[in-house]
Amino acid sequence: MVRMLKKLFNTTRPHFESGGKLEKLHPLFDAIETVAFAPALTTKADTHVRDSLDLKRFMTFVILSLMPPFFYGIYNTGCQTGLASGLDMGFVPVMLRGAWVVMPMLMVSYSVGLFWEILFASVRRHKISEGFLVTGLLFPMTLPPTTPLWQIAVGISFGVVIGKEIFGGTGRNILNPALTARAFLFFAYPANMSGDRVWTVVRNTGSQAVDAVTAATPLALAPLAASGEAMSKILTDAGYTFQRLFIGYLPGSIGETSALMILMGAAFLLITGVANYRIMIGGVLGVLAVAYPGYLINLSSGGEAASMFSVHPTWHLVMGSFAFGIVYMATDPVSAPGMNLSRWIYGFAIGALTVMIRVFNPAYPEGVMLSILFMNLFAPLIDHFVIKVRLGKRIPNV
Amino acid sequence: MKMTQSPTFKAFSEPLVKNNPVFIQSLGICSALAVTVQLKTAIVMALAMTSVTAFSNLTISAMRNVIPRNVRMIVELSVIASLVILADEILRAYFYDISKQLSVFVGLIITNCIVMGRAETYALGNPPIRSFMDGLGNGAGYGLVLVTVAFIRELFGAGKLLGFPVVPQFFYDHGYMNMGFMQLAPAAFIIIGLLVWLQKSIVKG
Repeated sequence: MVRMLKKLFNTTRPHFESGGKLEKLHPLFDAIETVAFAPALTTKADTHVRDSLDLKRFMTFVILSLMPPFFYGIYNTGCQTGLASGLDMGFVPVMLRGAWVVMPMLMVSYSVGLFWEILFASVRRHKISEGFLVTGLLFPMTLPPTTPLWQIAVGISFGVVIGKEIFGGTGRNILNPALTARAFLFFAYPANMSGDRVWTVVRNTGSQAVDAVTAATPLALAPLAASGEAMSKILTDAGYTFQRLFIGYLPGSIGETSALMILMGAAFLLITGVANYRIMIGGVLGVLAVAYPGYLINLSSGGEAASMFSVHPTWHLVMGSFAFGIVYMATDPVSAPGMNLSRWIYGFAIGALTVMIRVFNPAYPEGVMLSILFMNLFAPLIDHFVIKVRLGKRIPNV
Repeated sequence: MKMTQSPTFKAFSEPLVKNNPVFIQSLGICSALAVTVQLKTAIVMALAMTSVTAFSNLTISAMRNVIPRNVRMIVELSVIASLVILADEILRAYFYDISKQLSVFVGLIITNCIVMGRAETYALGNPPIRSFMDGLGNGAGYGLVLVTVAFIRELFGAGKLLGFPVVPQFFYDHGYMNMGFMQLAPAAFIIIGLLVWLQKSIVKG
């Protein structure tokens, strides 16, 4: 099998090398070949670090770590559809129903994004970057399952071209491309990206004709609370217990509902050393650092402060997409800072900003996306100052 | 000498694309963000701006030998200000609705760096006719950007052009939606950025 593959690559290679018929498509050939075999290239320049973890393996690990929330997302989407339209709730039909919704989104995201990747790779004569495989998977996972496919195509085009290629491709983007794409859709088609009607796909079965199901997500319920009312009580009354939020059996964007699955992915990322634990822990600390004082003030003042503060701080960790954002989006090695101290600051600021947006800004029920993008912009600045401090401490060479 | 190579013609043609004030010098961005939600206001703004730049260049160039150097800014400003007031009054008299929509931005032509910049760098050192053409060219270059950006924004943001619906109902019935983002100022930023990219790849060197 392996030998056959090798033979296939060896026989087709001449067509793609300079002078061959399909010279222009060399990036495509290269991308497919290196999926199967480690590249034979060696660095020809001076001293360099030897590391068997190249970009492709790195990105493959991220994709593997995305699998638990991805499959749970498919299951959950199928479940919510089934609940809303009263369909068979067996495991297989639920998975099929979920896949029927999620797979087209994934395929559109991959094919349109890959088109731009190949276009830029061919024009600029660089390799197709494996980073796109992650972006193309992350992006649909951040979307509500009812997002129209053409909007996904528009969004991923924006994310890949404006979020990444304009700056020179993978490794040079200042913003996370998947989040850029999502932010674009968020502002371009607000009606499809938030509100109570977008989180559940409804299949019409002859007998009952519903157009859409109104299901408030926990975050959307929050601002409705009258002052003085305990927020956790409202959530529990609506059926959102802590356990349910943690497991993720509720309507929401495809990949982000289950904190449990995301924790599994996070563990995998940390064990393989792909993501940095400082950003994740910093993020959790940031959330608690803002939410705890607010919670205590709220308790002592009888709940006069913003209603979101009356939720127990740990709920902020499992509500909405904070877990997904801090594990998969904030740890993106390109747009996150590179120094250890700045990673703490960066993660902390993301967590803190997220809670602040949730609590104080009723226009945006969820603040993870905006706070990560915001801190992406500041990542180089934080690095700059951390390096400056480090250099200042150094004993000068006399 | 062929007409296309005369300095007068060049003064007009170069700022259109090759040395466009918005793309190359990044001037006039503020109003380009503000008045480009609709094509109609953009066109009117472009015309007002072009006439102000052209006539201020003409006037200042005609006076360039009598303006004392140390008060030239004040002289330039008063010329530009009178022209802007003139343009504003004309708009109010004949296109009251559009003038309402443009609101403060007609008055703000006076602070548009393109006008002042051309007066300082070009009109003070060149004969009147050539300066006039330079003003026309710069105004038209600015107008070109404005109209292009407004075209894209109105088409995708509202599905209209000059106020008339152009996206057929058929599209909407099948799920097409207007892009709310295009109505916001950041969209103009991104479009201008993409246009700069386009301009740089067309005009090389």
